[in-house]
Amino acid sequence: MSNISTENTPPTMKDKILTGGLPKYHDKNAQQGKLFVRERLELLLDDGLQSEDGLYANCLAGDLPADGVVTGIGKIHGRTVCVLANDSTIKAGSWGKRTVEKMIRIQETAEKLNCPLLYLVDSAGARITDQLEMFPGRRGAGRIFYNQVKLSGKVPQICLLFGPSAAGGAYIPAFCDIVVMVEGNASMYLGSPRMAEMVIGEKVDLETMGGAKMHCSVSGCGDVLAKTEQEAIAYARKYLGYFPNNYAERSKVEAPKPPATFDKTIEELIPQNQNVPFDMYKLIERIIDEDSFCEVKKLFASELITGFARINGQSVGIIANQPRVKGGVLFHDSADKAAKFISLCDAFNIPLLFLADVPGFMIGTQVERAGIIRHGAKMIFAMSEATVPKLTVIVRKAYGAGLYAMAGPAFEPDCCIALSNAQIAVMGPEAAVNAVYANKIAELPKEEQANFIAEKRKEYQEEIDVYRLASELIIDDVIEPNELRKVLENRLELYMSKYLLFSQRKHGVNPV
Amino acid sequence: MATVKASMAGTVWKIVVTEGEKVTAGQDVAILESMKMEIPIAAEEDGVVTKIIANEGDFINVDDDILEIE
Repeated sequence: MSNISTENTPPTMKDKILTGGLPKYHDKNAQQGKLFVRERLELLLDDGLQSEDGLYANCLAGDLPADGVVTGIGKIHGRTVCVLANDSTIKAGSWGKRTVEKMIRIQETAEKLNCPLLYLVDSAGARITDQLEMFPGRRGAGRIFYNQVKLSGKVPQICLLFGPSAAGGAYIPAFCDIVVMVEGNASMYLGSPRMAEMVIGEKVDLETMGGAKMHCSVSGCGDVLAKTEQEAIAYARKYLGYFPNNYAERSKVEAPKPPATFDKTIEELIPQNQNVPFDMYKLIERIIDEDSFCEVKKLFASELITGFARINGQSVGIIANQPRVKGGVLFHDSADKAAKFISLCDAFNIPLLFLADVPGFMIGTQVERAGIIRHGAKMIFAMSEATVPKLTVIVRKAYGAGLYAMAGPAFEPDCCIALSNAQIAVMGPEAAVNAVYANKIAELPKEEQANFIAEKRKEYQEEIDVYRLASELIIDDVIEPNELRKVLENRLELYMSKYLLFSQRKHGVNPV
Repeated sequence: MATVKASMAGTVWKIVVTEGEKVTAGQDVAILESMKMEIPIAAEEDGVVTKIIANEGDFINVDDDILEIE
């Protein structure tokens, strides 16, 4: 707060506004590990806010400096970004008429400048006393969400959640590309615990119902769980580095770095037995530039890994099955997670890398009731529509609709390559032999069954042998696991001129 | 006390710890078989296995109890 006068002259109106709400609210924030809104912006932006509009909003009211929200323009890594940031020291960051107008205007500015917009949210929601002016009308709060949807896929929209985002306000994070939540302080909910008790009779605490950890691991409404505000801000700065300023541009290519070095090679990492798990993170770190992984939704549906990385300096989005968790099987939540991530990468021209080791989609009553077919369709829809370079690697296996969802050959990847021990099939050998020969096996005398099964499995193995698939031109290449990085480097560079119009129409009918 | 639960529906293939055994967070305590895959189930915290609830060969649903750790 460099503008505060240190001499004995009385503080100007501007000085007062820049200090936000009353000291007791600053103290309360500090106790919770919260920074003042202007400190947050100092940390987020290269040189702080370089322009601010609406500083004097509601200045005649006296107790509502800037009407509880700071809006302006600054730089991140030298690139122009717009920001809006609630001030929770002023009426708990609640929204009045001018708060909403300022938020709408900065969205309009981001649209005109075609630059990223960051929402630093810490707000109790609408100021009920002002509802007629800020809630229902053409430039009421609804307009904020309308604008978010309009900006979606045009410029990156990032939400940093430092405190509550309540009721209608909870839709700000919902419409952003990514939501970073600070553990212990951030929350999202439509009705507070007090309201839940009054209206539906449920007794629940805030953390359980709408806390950061819950949203980042159970509901999937949060993408990144940060321990502190500083960590959340650092993540946002890092994340933006993988993105262009808008949909018409490309991400900046950074200086290439080789992957980190390890004792075990990729080949040594992958168990020969298809059924035995291994840790996909270890494969990822062996093919990407050292320290370049920026994960999204780490704690949610972790049987599928999604995140940004660099390969030879080029920004890529990785979608990888994780055999270490739930066998790498695709579930309704993992399909939903993938659908959003793929759509995000495609919107901003970030190439997609699929690393498949997938036994298929989960089956059973529980997942059918959860709508796994509907969610699986979302993933396949988003993946089909994506026109960025798509590189598919069959790491070990791709069975059933798992092959389809992980950008198999029919979905027009620019290449579908397999590591030398990989298998592609409707199902694995054990399941297939059982499915085809169940009756035959049952008829055989007990002592002959094992031999028969072994023989049929062997025949089946040969049928789905990777060279057989390569011979039939189903896959484009078979490579040794340790060559993977080099192959990806080359192919990625070659595909960057890809231009594809997927389909001429108004828009598809999304199976959401 | 913490209960180790199934992360997905499947058959209990192996319980790899015994009652009274000390375990640490992240250590595999059971392996399920589901979708023809081995699904390791890890303890979420340090402790001693006090009770094994699921039997090898049982079908269990997601969130069903496998064992207790004190």
